[in-house]
Formats: sequence, structure tokens, C-alpha cells
Amino acid sequence: MTDFLQLFFSGLATGGIYALAALGFTLLWQASGTINFAQGEFVMLPAFMMLAFLTMGLPLWAGFIITCAVAVVVLGWGFKRGIADPLLRFGMMPIVVATIGLAIAMRNGVRAGYSAEAHSFPSLFADKLFNIAGVTITLADVGTLVAALILVVGTQAFLAKTVTGRAMQAVAQNTDSATVLGINVPRMIFYTFAINALLACAAALLVTPAYLAKFDMGEPLGMKAFFAAIIGGFNNSRGALLGGLIVGVCENLASAYISPAYKDAVALVIFMLVILFKPQGLLGKAVERKV
Amino acid sequence: MRKIHLAAFTACALAAGAAQAQIKIALIQELSGAGATAGTNFKNGAELAIKEINAAGGILGNQIQASVNDTQSNPGVAKGLATKAVDDGVFAVFGPTFSGSMIVSMAETRRAEVPNFTGAEAAAITQQNNPYVFRTSFTQTTSMPKVARYIANNLKAKNVAVIYVNNDFGKGGRDAFNKAAAEAGLKVVADISTESGQVDFSAPVLKAKQSNADAVFVYSNEEESARALRELRKQGWSKPIVGETTLTGQKVIDLAGEAANGALAHVGLTVDAPSPTMRAFRAKFEKQYKYVSDHNGIKGYTSIYMLKAGIEKAGKLDRVAVAKALHGLHISAAKEPGVILDVTIDNNGDLDRESYIIEVKGGKQEVKEVLPPLAKK
Repeated sequence: MTDFLQLFFSGLATGGIYALAALGFTLLWQASGTINFAQGEFVMLPAFMMLAFLTMGLPLWAGFIITCAVAVVVLGWGFKRGIADPLLRFGMMPIVVATIGLAIAMRNGVRAGYSAEAHSFPSLFADKLFNIAGVTITLADVGTLVAALILVVGTQAFLAKTVTGRAMQAVAQNTDSATVLGINVPRMIFYTFAINALLACAAALLVTPAYLAKFDMGEPLGMKAFFAAIIGGFNNSRGALLGGLIVGVCENLASAYISPAYKDAVALVIFMLVILFKPQGLLGKAVERKV
Repeated sequence: MRKIHLAAFTACALAAGAAQAQIKIALIQELSGAGATAGTNFKNGAELAIKEINAAGGILGNQIQASVNDTQSNPGVAKGLATKAVDDGVFAVFGPTFSGSMIVSMAETRRAEVPNFTGAEAAAITQQNNPYVFRTSFTQTTSMPKVARYIANNLKAKNVAVIYVNNDFGKGGRDAFNKAAAEAGLKVVADISTESGQVDFSAPVLKAKQSNADAVFVYSNEEESARALRELRKQGWSKPIVGETTLTGQKVIDLAGEAANGALAHVGLTVDAPSPTMRAFRAKFEKQYKYVSDHNGIKGYTSIYMLKAGIEKAGKLDRVAVAKALHGLHISAAKEPGVILDVTIDNNGDLDRESYIIEVKGGKQEVKEVLPPLAKK
């Protein structure tokens, strides 16, 4: 039983990381109908930015704030203007292909410009272990999970409770009505991209100590997050959290009780089951196809 | 009549040889690209040895003259450079250090019967019955028996859990280790495969714990090794953690932090080795190049002295005879300090010599034990 709990809690921490990246997927989809397959690289790039600021001698928090500002401009505004805006009117496929291309370019850009080696990254949390009934948990595990929960719930609350958030949702649901209601549509869509960029920075801050800053760190992260978003429900932010945790925990259990070789297949199997039996995702609402 | 001809010819040849009085060799190394660190260290070590030998009067009175060539870490370039070196009539070739480059370039030196020393470590290099290839370091197949013996004899473990990375490097090492473990009377009770790039090691470590093994052998790349060490610490693993070179490398120590302390690893060559000849080498190298040599610097340095020992054993500048003399040769560091450690070259060109167990203490590598050569037991 302790073994099971050990795996379960380790899985929760990993799942929290997946959930953060998955949240970005659902957010962009809800607000603008964009699927960003460079989501993992959107986490990798801020990690390297922070690393660069750290080597310049800045403290982590200062590096994080500057990185957030840069990310909003580059990964938010730049991504929207450079890729999403020009391509979205041609439908989904061009965006998908363009973001896959963007991911490859970002990975190799970092490899060529920085280095192909892994770099260690300071952890936000002290290196502490807790032993509760035979289960060992690190402060970083708990911290990552809690931070991920707060970010997901906070984003959800922002969308549901604030005027700006509700306006963003209105834009997502019906762009024309939103325009008629006097909502500044392009600005709302930009907000979504900016929030996505900020979430990516937060994810980078939380995951990089475990993943290590490496040019290809975003690849597995982006893929797992995509599965997690589908499993949880692509149009529900809480779904992203649930999907992330399910994937993280199941992976860990499978690798211990079935075979480590099938670890990566677990997310795919759940993904297929969900697509077959509940295509809108576990928490997703079935919606009319948006045109 | 015929005898006179022969005598005249020999005299001429000798005269020509005396006038030349030099041994041309080619250093073919990774001086740029991914292998630049390894290649540059090898080259620096070799050049240091050449300088010393020439200052002391050369080999059999002949000065060594080296040409330095950059493979750009590219196998195609390496092969071209080997062909060029052979065409230039060099006496011996040193390098390349990348296994992929060595495997294609060694065909050239073999065809021309030119002795080829290499720092490359792929097992396949000495399994092709090439009588002109000589290693300067251990390989997976020669170091694993040492690790297994250490775990069985020194750590007194009866059984061991193996955590390895599922790629060519990891599988090669795991196969060699499991074979060596069986020979050392060590039982592998858990054989745990992990993925390259795996982030969460809770399941593999848990499996190792459940197996109740007396020790765990961790064989993976740098990042994954660091993560495994962290998870072992997290789950309170208190038994020995043993690995090969990578596990206690500086990169892993940097990445794993606190968790690296106490990890043990077998290392073939280290400048920290507790031997007077190694200390002397370290000081000379540092004085010349203003930094501390890594194992590739030692490989480069000792390889030149291995050639010297081979030529002196053969007693003449004849490539085939030197290659023959090198096989089965035991070079003692007492007689030839340049080889740094006593070394025996076997008939395939593989080496046997003493090696070290490194322990990480307070974030630093420390030599914990000296392992005797395999042949000595």
C-alpha cells in the first residue's frame, strides 16, 4: 500500500506539471480556436531565458519577472500576430502545421544558439523531504502541485468572475455578438495569448528543476499536455487539471505494475478510450461545432 | 655479385634513414564540433608527450614529427584525413576519438598497415581482428567485469538491481554488466529498463527497493543518472549505489546536487589517481596548458609512450614489427613513466590496467579504492 501511495503522490506532482501545460492548450482553444503544438517549447524558451538572466547575475525572481514581460511580447503578441492571425482564417490545419514547424525551429534554435547539454536550474522550493506513513514526498512535489492547482483555479476564476474574463469568454463563444456588444475583440484575444505566455513562464519555473533546462525538454511535455487536455476536456480549464493528474498518476502506476516500456503508451491508451466513449473529454461539454 | 648489390642497397637505405631521423605521425582528432573537448584534450596530451620524448633524444634516436588534423567531429572528414595521413607515409595514426569516426577511418590505416591508436570506446573497434588498432582506454566489455567484481568482492553484495537506460549505450552496458555479474557470482534480482529522457524515476527506484538487492547499479546518461540519484535519495535508499564513469562525472554532480554524495563509480582513468606518475603528469599538463587534463588528455599522452615502447621492443622502425611487438606487451610505469600506469595490451589491442573507484563526497570526486588489473584478480 505504501508503494502504491508513493507512486500515486509522485504521479500527482508530475501530473500537476502536465496540467499547467495542458491549461495553455484549453485556454487558446476556448478563446481563439487555436491549437498550439509548440506548447512544450513555449515552456522551454522561458526556462532558457531565466537561465540566461541567472548567469548574468540576476536573482531568480527578477529573471522571472523580466522573462514574463519578454514572453508576453514574444510568445503572446508575436505568436498571435506572426502565426495565429495570418493563418487562422484558413482553418485549423495551417495553424497545426505552422506550430509544429515553430516547435522544431525553437528546439533547434536553442540547441544551436545555447547548447545541446542539460543545465541545472535552481528550485523554488528548499530541498526538503517529508516522510508521512512511509511515503516520501519532497517539498518540491507538494509545491509544484499546489502552485499548479492555484494557477488553474485562478485562471478559471479570472475567466468566470471578472469583466475582462467574461468578455474573453463572450468572444470565444460568439465573436460577432461580442463585437456588437462593444467588446474589443482583438484585445480580448490578445489577452488570451498573453495569459498563455504567462502560464508557460510559470510552468517553466516549476518544471525546469526536475526536467532540467534542455533544448528538447518541451517535446514530451507538450505531447503529454496535449493528451491531458483531450482527456480532461478541451473546452474546460478544470478538465486540463484532471487530465494532467490522471496521465501523471497512471503513467507511474503502469511503469511499476505493468512494464516501464509501456509507460509512454498509457497516456495514449487513455486518450483513445476517452475519444471513443466520451469524445468531449471527461469534464468537457459537448458543443456545436464552431464555424 | 648479388651480395654486393644487397649490401649497397642496405647502406643507401640506412644512410637515407639516418638523414631523415624522424618519425612522422598524424594526430587525427575532433578539434571542432561536438567532440572538440575530447579531441583537444587528446591532442594536448599527445603533444606534451612528443615534446618530452624529442627533448630526451627521441625514439631510437629519431625525432617525432606530428601533423595535427581536425575531423570536425565528422566521420567522413576523419576517413579522408586517415587516407591523407597514410598517403603521406606516416608511421602511426592517433585518433579519432569518436567511435563512429574511428570505425570508418580504421579501415584506411589497416589497409596501409599503419598502427592506429584511439581513444574511442565502442566495443566493435577491437572485434574486427584488425592487427593495427590499439586502444588507450577501457571499453564497456573490459570495465564491467571490474565493476561486477567490485560489487561482489569489495561491497560483499550477493545480489544487485540494475537500472539502465534503454538505448544503445545503456543496453550495451547492461548486457556486459549482467554477463560479468554472473561470472562474479552476483545475482541480478531486478533488471529495470528506463527511457532516455525519463523525468520521473519513482517507479524504477521503487522496483529496485522491492527487489531487496544489496546494491544498485545505475547505468544511464548524465541527466537521467542525476534524476535517478535524486529519486534514490528521496526514497531513502541506504545501500551502495554503483555506476560507471558517468555516474560520478562533474555534470551529474552539478545536476544531482546533494543526492550525488555517496555514489560510487568505476573510472578507468582519472588525474586524481593516487600514483606519483599520475601526479607528475597532472602537474606537467597543467603547467603547459593552464587547465587540468581530463581522461582524454591522459589517453593522448600515454598513447605516444605506448608507441615508443612498441618501437623500442621491436628495435626498428618497421610498422608491422611494431604492431606485432605491441600485442601482448606489458609496459611497466617503473621503466617507462610515460605510460603513467602499468599497462598490458592484449592480442586484440584492448588494454588491461589498474583502475579506480570514485566516491562523491561533499560534491567532490574522491578516489576511494584502486582496483587491480583484471588479469591479476
